[in-house]
Amino acid sequence: MTVTSDRPTPTDAPLGTPAPKRFAGLLKTRELGIVLALALLVAYTAIDNPRFLSGQSIRDNLLNTAILAVMATGQAIVVITRNIDLSVGSVLGISAFAVATMMSNNQDLPMIVALLAGLAIGAVAGLLNGVLVRYGKVPALVVTLGTLYIYRGITYSWAGGSQVNADELPGNFLTFANDSLLGIPWLVLIALVVIAAGSVMMRNYRIGRELYAIGSSPAAAELAGIKVARNLLSAFVISGALAGLAGVLYAARFGTVDAAAGNGYELNVVAAVVVGGVAVFGGSGSVWGAALGALLLTVIGSALAVLDINQFWQQAIVGALIILAICADRLVAFRIARSLRKRDAHV
Amino acid sequence: MSDTLRKGGAPQEIDLDKRPANNRSAVLKSRLTSWDSIILVLTVLVLIVASGTVDNFGTSRNFTFMVLDLLPIILIALPMTMIIVTGEIDLSVASTLGLTSSMMGWLWNQGLSIESIIPLCIVIGAICGVVNGFLITGLGLPSLAVTIGTLALYRGLAFVVLGDGAVADFPWNYTGWVTGTIGGGAVPNVLILIVVLALIFGIVQHATPFGRSLYAIGANAQAAHFSGIRVARTKFWLYVASGAVAGLVGVLWTLRYSSARADNGAGLELAVVAAVLLGGVSIFGGKGSLPGVLAGVVLLTALQNALRLEDVSGQALNIVTGSLLVLSVLLPNITTAVRSNWHRRRLRQAASR
Repeated sequence: MTVTSDRPTPTDAPLGTPAPKRFAGLLKTRELGIVLALALLVAYTAIDNPRFLSGQSIRDNLLNTAILAVMATGQAIVVITRNIDLSVGSVLGISAFAVATMMSNNQDLPMIVALLAGLAIGAVAGLLNGVLVRYGKVPALVVTLGTLYIYRGITYSWAGGSQVNADELPGNFLTFANDSLLGIPWLVLIALVVIAAGSVMMRNYRIGRELYAIGSSPAAAELAGIKVARNLLSAFVISGALAGLAGVLYAARFGTVDAAAGNGYELNVVAAVVVGGVAVFGGSGSVWGAALGALLLTVIGSALAVLDINQFWQQAIVGALIILAICADRLVAFRIARSLRKRDAHV
Repeated sequence: MSDTLRKGGAPQEIDLDKRPANNRSAVLKSRLTSWDSIILVLTVLVLIVASGTVDNFGTSRNFTFMVLDLLPIILIALPMTMIIVTGEIDLSVASTLGLTSSMMGWLWNQGLSIESIIPLCIVIGAICGVVNGFLITGLGLPSLAVTIGTLALYRGLAFVVLGDGAVADFPWNYTGWVTGTIGGGAVPNVLILIVVLALIFGIVQHATPFGRSLYAIGANAQAAHFSGIRVARTKFWLYVASGAVAGLVGVLWTLRYSSARADNGAGLELAVVAAVLLGGVSIFGGKGSLPGVLAGVVLLTALQNALRLEDVSGQALNIVTGSLLVLSVLLPNITTAVRSNWHRRRLRQAASR
């Protein structure tokens, strides 16, 4: 907490400044790296095929990023606390199917009800994860790997082989995906709001700083008087709720929802977060970095199609990127440790 | 925390009792109430109840199918047990299986003989393990993140190799051997493989210095390092073994269904991890035994088999697997919490007396 309040006014803290400044600088290069990679990729693809930069193509990319970015925001918050939420893909599935069924049965419900229902379903699923992690003392990996299959199984046994088709959904629900405000599609707008709110919460609000503290050292956070249980529960509820919201966006965008909706999304979400510079050891990274990671992954996917490269490469690239990102984090951590050691040696 | 509490509490109890006979009965009691034996009893119970109540469960035909069903889980669980005992995890096994399966199809299409393809596939699996092992022990990256990465990478490569097609024309004498039984009876040929590998892994894990060092690493890697155990090298070879076994299972899977596909075995890592944890191996490392894991695998497969015979759909079965996974860690935690609570209360009573 003190570190952040020191950062904007370096003159106030004469002794403590060098380390935070350097730390911030390195993190900045981390996110700058993604922007550079993104720019290079877009430039290369646009030279090969200028239509990659057309309005329609950009719009498609942003629409595809929106769903992933919303989930990545929640995942980033969980990963920052040194946990992981692998159940997000299944939460998306259950929320998408539930909301689509609800909307097809009640044609005149307004869109906001659908959004709230999605958030609520996701929040309940996230709460269960959080309770098992915190009060059951079961590692997040085990809990969410289990609930990944439990939530998906529930969706399958509920839906059976059936699916909700676009013609059963009310018109206002479907046009929501294509409508826009001031030229920005609603989906993108919602994603931007979520990312902005998440970033501000993690940067400037007490709960955000406490979540970083928990991720840096859970034991120390507990000793420092942070209410770890309450904060961890909130992190999982947020991640679940945002996955639920993503489910509504998914249903609105694709119109056809079956029990397999969002199957395997958790890999892309984790990849986006890790590529976006959120360290898997917790305690560092940012929400908007994760959103950038989501954008990068989506653009890679569409660039492959434009460059006429076998679509099957996409998953392999996702995997390679995850590993590359972890290696980069390791390098950064190593450099920080070395520079800190050097600084201590001079003192 | 609860572990240290319990360990701190044990010597006191012995001091109070003093008599060795009493102590021995306490050891016997704790062994009987250990998670291993509970799982063993539970497995036997499920087998008996299922053969009594579920039609066709107790037949020799179903026994053959059950052994074939548990073949991939049990084989991959052998090295997985060792890896989890050292406090690490390998989530990429199912993808390694998929990659070797599609490599097998591709190599077959290239016209290689099946005799050279099979060892080649095991080597490919081992190479996947080498990559994991290098990233985890060489670069010191967290195994969870690395194997989530390679989970995506290897599955992606599997699709790159074979696309969404399938190769199905493998020679009959090989596919027939995998699905066949010894002398046409009820015992499948692959059971020999399971028994041999389980014996090898069991002896290595429980009766060799190497196997015992795994527990030391899992309990405290730093202390193990200082007592002369090559922690990094040990872990590296575990990942190589895990990859090689996953490669072998990829071959067996392909031959069993006589179909090489890129999505073979998708999601199998869940069943394997669930079975290992169900068998009493601690996800934090340092605890667990192979007999418990073998019982865990049988329990999981028998339960799934019985439910399938009762017409529960495959996807709904995942609810059972997922719940078992969570429960296998949750229940021991609750028992320890209750036990330490009870112990504390007894101490308090003794103090107030």
